[in-house]
Amino acid sequence: MHRKVWIALIVALLSVTLIMTGCGNQGNTSSGEKVIKIGFIAPLTGDVKTFGESAQKGFDLALEQAGYKAGDFKIEPVKADDRNDATEAVNVATKLITQDGVKAIVGSLTSLTTIPISKFANDNKVVLITGTATSPKVTVDDGKRKEYVFRACFIDPTQGTVAAKFALEELKLKTAAILYDQGNDYTIGLANNFKEAFTAGGGKILAMEAYAKNDTDFSAVLTNIAEKNPDILYLPDYYQKVSLIGKQARDKGIKAVFIGGDGWDSTDLDYKTMEGGYFTNHYSAQDPRPEVQNWVKQYKEKYGQEPDAFATLTYDATRLLLNAIETANSDDPAKIKEALQNTKDFSIVSGEKVSFDENGNPIKPVTILKIEGGKQKYVTSIKPN
Amino acid sequence: MEHFLEQVLNGFQLGLMYALIALGYTMVYGVVQLINFAHGDVFMVGAFLGYFGFAVWGLPLPLAILLAMASCALLGVIIERIAYRPLRYAPKIAALISAIGVSLFLEYFSSLKFVFGPNYRVVPRPFPEIQWKIAGLTVTNIQVIVFVVVLIMLILLQILIYRTKTGMAMRTVAVDHNAARLMGVNVDTTISITFAIGSAFAALGGVLYAIAYPQIHPFMGIMPGLKAFTAAVLGGIGIIPGAVLGALIMGQVETLTSAYISSQMRDAIAFAILILVLLFRPTGLLGRTETEKV
Repeated sequence: MHRKVWIALIVALLSVTLIMTGCGNQGNTSSGEKVIKIGFIAPLTGDVKTFGESAQKGFDLALEQAGYKAGDFKIEPVKADDRNDATEAVNVATKLITQDGVKAIVGSLTSLTTIPISKFANDNKVVLITGTATSPKVTVDDGKRKEYVFRACFIDPTQGTVAAKFALEELKLKTAAILYDQGNDYTIGLANNFKEAFTAGGGKILAMEAYAKNDTDFSAVLTNIAEKNPDILYLPDYYQKVSLIGKQARDKGIKAVFIGGDGWDSTDLDYKTMEGGYFTNHYSAQDPRPEVQNWVKQYKEKYGQEPDAFATLTYDATRLLLNAIETANSDDPAKIKEALQNTKDFSIVSGEKVSFDENGNPIKPVTILKIEGGKQKYVTSIKPN
Repeated sequence: MEHFLEQVLNGFQLGLMYALIALGYTMVYGVVQLINFAHGDVFMVGAFLGYFGFAVWGLPLPLAILLAMASCALLGVIIERIAYRPLRYAPKIAALISAIGVSLFLEYFSSLKFVFGPNYRVVPRPFPEIQWKIAGLTVTNIQVIVFVVVLIMLILLQILIYRTKTGMAMRTVAVDHNAARLMGVNVDTTISITFAIGSAFAALGGVLYAIAYPQIHPFMGIMPGLKAFTAAVLGGIGIIPGAVLGALIMGQVETLTSAYISSQMRDAIAFAILILVLLFRPTGLLGRTETEKV
């Protein structure tokens, strides 16, 4: 009997504490300041964890520079790790929206995880802005715009098209082979758009082969490709996979120039293998524009390293969001969404005078980088048309 | 023609990789009639331990391999003791589900930050790669090493099972536990030894796999494990040479499918074969209905 009474007492006490802390978290704090919660979702572990770590630094720096404030609101960040797993991403998004009550989310990083959570955020009327998910499906679903979803990067068609344009016009290469992951929207998008633009520009695709996410042996398709001897091997996947494919391709005697997308942008890329390759990216720290040089300096001071595109774009995305909260001066997602859509001539690191098109995509040039001497070298910026 | 032979060689290498895993799979099945789904994950643990041994702790490669094999042998014995022995006389489905549980446990436990961590790791080559050009074909030293290791494993297993006391005990246990016990065979010890050897071979396979395809992560054992299982069934599960035969066929089917049909069809065709074999020849290519297991 006694034990039961004790348990009842403890449970009662716990519930009271829970309810009280729950109240404290909503709306106003004791100082009377208004609080808005912003979620941050990124792969902080898993196959692309270096992306997530960079993005987190960009997010933190943007908030820090804004003094954790936007308009009259104090910003309270809530972070979550999606491990670059689509199911896990939806789980953490559900937690952020239903339990933490965030009004806006910055994230996630890859299209693989961002497509499912963008739908979830839009259905729950929570603003979502991703720095780096480049698939068109992130903001548009079956031709219908997800009104609450935005991004700070260009989309896959742009990246594939610009890569093809660069290969044809600047490198003067005429034949290409493509290897892509058949289970990943990001690499499918890049591969298809590269193929389309390359063929339209007079180039020839000699082979287009698919593989699955967990494949490690590419010898069969690479042997075929080696025989066709293309000028280009287009590898639009993430750094760990292209490093593995690149190594096996060279082992098979393929001499083609490797070209890829922004998934290559990692310190964990096998620079020795990918030497001489080119990839499309959102930004380069070597770009001479003052906005870029300023950002690089601030980032270096804080973290002691150069910011990559993931840090930069997440920084840009966070700043676009903070600007919209400030303009709307409200924590109502509908008003923040309105302000974000009407962004005009807002300069960010990855582009000047940015505004959004009807699909929530910014329009800006694509940067081309080359792997040279074990480093990334800025080549040029190309405007898509 | 040269191109075709090059593809056959690619398939041969892949097949040998599957054989490394399939041998342990099939041996364990032969003795305890349990499909040890955790085998692919023991293979993963072996790959990680080997990697830590030679790449992180700086041990010489043979020592790193021995360490991985010994640790995985112990792991195999522990898995059997905890997850399979209590269910030995329960319906077979219970042990099978327990095996799936062990498999998932190993994958997610290894993903924890204080264990191996969820990240991909690049495995440095512990020795320089050498390529030989023989009649237009490219042969690497890694292919040769894997081939020799599979051959040695096959011979050792055959000797162990048919020429030693332990092997005789294993064959007895495979036929009937109770009869074996009456003949003075220690059933528990025999099964433990079976798991120890099977797991040690999985570890050896893991280290070689990591050297051939230099990237490891906690979920790397799933696909090779499934393919090796298919290979073991194809050759006749429980029959040692059958595992190698099945694995070599699987390697060829996969490689030739991606080379001449379509790279998208590869896994579909590989697993379609598993279904066809189960439907039309459930005992496998080398199996006979009343055949003695192991």
